[in-house]
Amino acid sequence: MMTTLARQLLDLYQRGLPLSPTPYADMAEELGVSETDVIATPRQLREQKVITRVGPVFDHHKAGASTLVAMAVPPERLTGIADYINQFDAVNHNYAREHDFNLWFVVTAADQAQLNAVLDTIRQECGMPMLNLPMEQAYHIDLSFKLAWQD
Amino acid sequence: MSHLTQQQQEALKAAIQDGLPLTSQPYATLANALNLSEPAIIKQMNAWLKEGYIKRLGLVVRHHAVGYRANAMVVWNIPDQQVDTLGEQLRNHPAITLCYRRPRRLPDWPYNLFCMIHGKDRALVLQQIEQIIQQFRLQDVNHAVLFSNRQFKQTGGRYARVS
Repeated sequence: MMTTLARQLLDLYQRGLPLSPTPYADMAEELGVSETDVIATPRQLREQKVITRVGPVFDHHKAGASTLVAMAVPPERLTGIADYINQFDAVNHNYAREHDFNLWFVVTAADQAQLNAVLDTIRQECGMPMLNLPMEQAYHIDLSFKLAWQD
Repeated sequence: MSHLTQQQQEALKAAIQDGLPLTSQPYATLANALNLSEPAIIKQMNAWLKEGYIKRLGLVVRHHAVGYRANAMVVWNIPDQQVDTLGEQLRNHPAITLCYRRPRRLPDWPYNLFCMIHGKDRALVLQQIEQIIQQFRLQDVNHAVLFSNRQFKQTGGRYARVS
């Protein structure tokens, strides 16, 4: 169950967290609740796996190097390979998709050399067809969600 | 005014890439841990936000957990001289949450324009794709729809330098 405060935080603070010494107290004052509750709520949302964190979303390109990788994995090996890929700290998103290229993951690193090192390791270990698809141009990269509350 | 050195910036980035401390004074907590001053950290965060190095600061949602269960990547093979124009048009479509140009990898991968559509269910997402095809007259364009059926990992990017 999602509390009213949780919904308010999700509606209002996917961006624009106050950049002050006491952001949670500022938010609490804005919402007319206690700072303790504003701090406790994201903890709960994290445990419920609704959010990953309260913090910054970096621009992949300005903050380092990143790329999208697609791999064609035999279906019966998909889970095993996905687990192997997940072990890399450099891998932050990893999805199965319905296609011959059925495993899609994002690799980020401090720079291109470290990124290439990770890709080389994965390529050698897995030995499967792999597409390296770095972003060449972003037309729209603002992924915050309007939440339509139903219950 | 105090400026953070490159090394201090790297340390700050590493400390916040998994989220800010959920303490009453998160920047003071960070300052303590990193042996920096609270005002210098806030100033650095402000600068990063201003220059777009940080795109946003707030709750980072797992879309899957909040009802966006159908996530389709729609990929198109658009002639090189038209792709930027189309990308600029598609970015304003309300159903499209992400839109990028990426390289083709022939012969396996002929697609150069990537759109992400997050929706409540598969039928609705397919409807939206059909609507996009009509609106932008993409009937004759080679495309593919890749729904994601399992999510193995979703965390923030790791930018801290690995030694």
